[in-house]
Amino acid sequence: MNKRKEIRKKRRADFLKSLCFLMPSLLGVGVFFILPFGVVVYYSMIDGVASRNFVFLDNFKKLFQNSAFRMASINTLKFSAMAVPLAVVLSIVLALMLECRIPMKSQFRTFFLSPMMVPVASVVLIWQVLFNYNGTVNEFLMLFGAKRIDWLQSEYSMIVVLVLFLWKNLGYFMILFMAGLANIPKELLEVANVEGASAFYKFFNIKLRYLSPTVLFVTILSLINSFKVFREVYLLTGDYPYESLYMLQHFMNNTFRSLDYQKLSAAAVVMALVMVVLIALLFWIEDAFGKDVEG
Amino acid sequence: MKKKHPPRRRKQHVFGRAAMFVLCLVFSVLFLLPTVLTITNSFMSEAEIKSNYGMVFSTTEGGFVSKTVNLKFIPDKVTLQQYITGLIKSPEYLLKLWNSILLVVPIVIFQVAIASVAAYSFTRWRGKIRSGIFFFYVILMLMPYQVTLVPNYLISEWLGILNKPWAIILPGIFAPFSVFLLTKFMRRIPYSLIEAAKVDGAGEWEIFTRICLPQCRSALYSIAILVFIDYWNMVEQPLILLQDSDAQPLSVFLSRVNTGEIGLAFAMATVYMIPSLLLFLHGEEYLVEGIANSGSVKG
Repeated sequence: MNKRKEIRKKRRADFLKSLCFLMPSLLGVGVFFILPFGVVVYYSMIDGVASRNFVFLDNFKKLFQNSAFRMASINTLKFSAMAVPLAVVLSIVLALMLECRIPMKSQFRTFFLSPMMVPVASVVLIWQVLFNYNGTVNEFLMLFGAKRIDWLQSEYSMIVVLVLFLWKNLGYFMILFMAGLANIPKELLEVANVEGASAFYKFFNIKLRYLSPTVLFVTILSLINSFKVFREVYLLTGDYPYESLYMLQHFMNNTFRSLDYQKLSAAAVVMALVMVVLIALLFWIEDAFGKDVEG
Repeated sequence: MKKKHPPRRRKQHVFGRAAMFVLCLVFSVLFLLPTVLTITNSFMSEAEIKSNYGMVFSTTEGGFVSKTVNLKFIPDKVTLQQYITGLIKSPEYLLKLWNSILLVVPIVIFQVAIASVAAYSFTRWRGKIRSGIFFFYVILMLMPYQVTLVPNYLISEWLGILNKPWAIILPGIFAPFSVFLLTKFMRRIPYSLIEAAKVDGAGEWEIFTRICLPQCRSALYSIAILVFIDYWNMVEQPLILLQDSDAQPLSVFLSRVNTGEIGLAFAMATVYMIPSLLLFLHGEEYLVEGIANSGSVKG
């Protein structure tokens, strides 16, 4: 009886201690992130900032009937669904390539990381030059007899942004994977070599297993960055880009401009809900896989 | 102890490695292209830039200078004209550069400091409530800036910091991004270290400062670099929360370049790249070590 009391006491003390350490961050996050988010949720359920009648789900109903919103969410979903797996796979490939003992390894690493430092503005300028109708990429393609493509004003626009996203992020993700590869117990790979395992087998049955926490980590980061690429898209194409590039952030920006806070907030809440489901799923997968590797 | 491969296999390896090397070389060129272009183009005169890219950027004004667009690496005549305009003739850009520094440096320092304390809490004590909070942090970290656009504006107005640098700095300091990264890293520190310190009678604060912080020095540095690069290039926040253009950072100016200022933009972008470059060169090893370790941690 006494022991249980002690444990409970210790637990409470621990909780208080943890709270002390968390407090500075939690206070700031509360004021600058949670509170605004609370306001967003509240706004999404009233009929107007002035009248403030509680309408519960009406805004959401209207939102789902809005064709611009549907288009924007489908485009955003499409983009992230392409960008995230591509980023993960390609950065693993780059990491594996640099893992082979090739010369200038650390220089390559620096080169691949270099896009991180280029200011957004010159990225945008250069992308415009590259993908203009009379731009470099088209000139290059015409050497092979291909037709000019209006990159930013066609279905291809998504590819332009995808290239930009990958260019910017691959180096950084590659480094994460290189470290993941370095953490694989050497003995395990030695044994596999002795047993004559194929490179294919080694990758899928040993390396990928140990990389799985990194895969999930990179997935989360590239999800964030797939939203952040909006800054470049916006600077490249403005408020109303070609349809297939019209992202949720465009929609939010434009509803903000037209002062339709209810629509904006409802869209934000929907986005947050999708995130919650997605992240919960990722964490759950991480738990399941993480145990597997450690045990 | 190394196992030797049979000769035939080794030959294949050499060939494969050569192919890899060439492939890496090609990739490097593609990756470096925009960086190199930014730097070399900053040494061109405005006229040369116009004759190269005139067509791309004059669409709004009509009437273009050249019919084709050339991506040009080497200037016909190297000139410092753009730098002279940007750095000496008009103090405006230097002022904006100074604004950038004033905004970003406090954000980086305090975000990492506050995040490290919070990350320690998430590392040392686990529980339903705390993992719930951690989950919430991850969600907040993922939300695009546009989501809380309106309330952010309202709250800075309410706090009386709207149109003051604080409106950018304070939310920056508390951004959950580095809490997430640092927690991932700290959870990697062997528990036995903490346990040993506890047996020696160290308090929590001592464990934090004497064991946790030195253990993740490289992570702290690498996160600082990431946060710096993120805020160094911010555009949206100042446009809404800091509308006074005299107080805006250079990144905002760079993002709103008009025709006729492209050469200047390249020069200013090159100048703007220098701090990131220095941080990178100084800390690449940390960056590699730091983010690398955090990535291989389960959380």
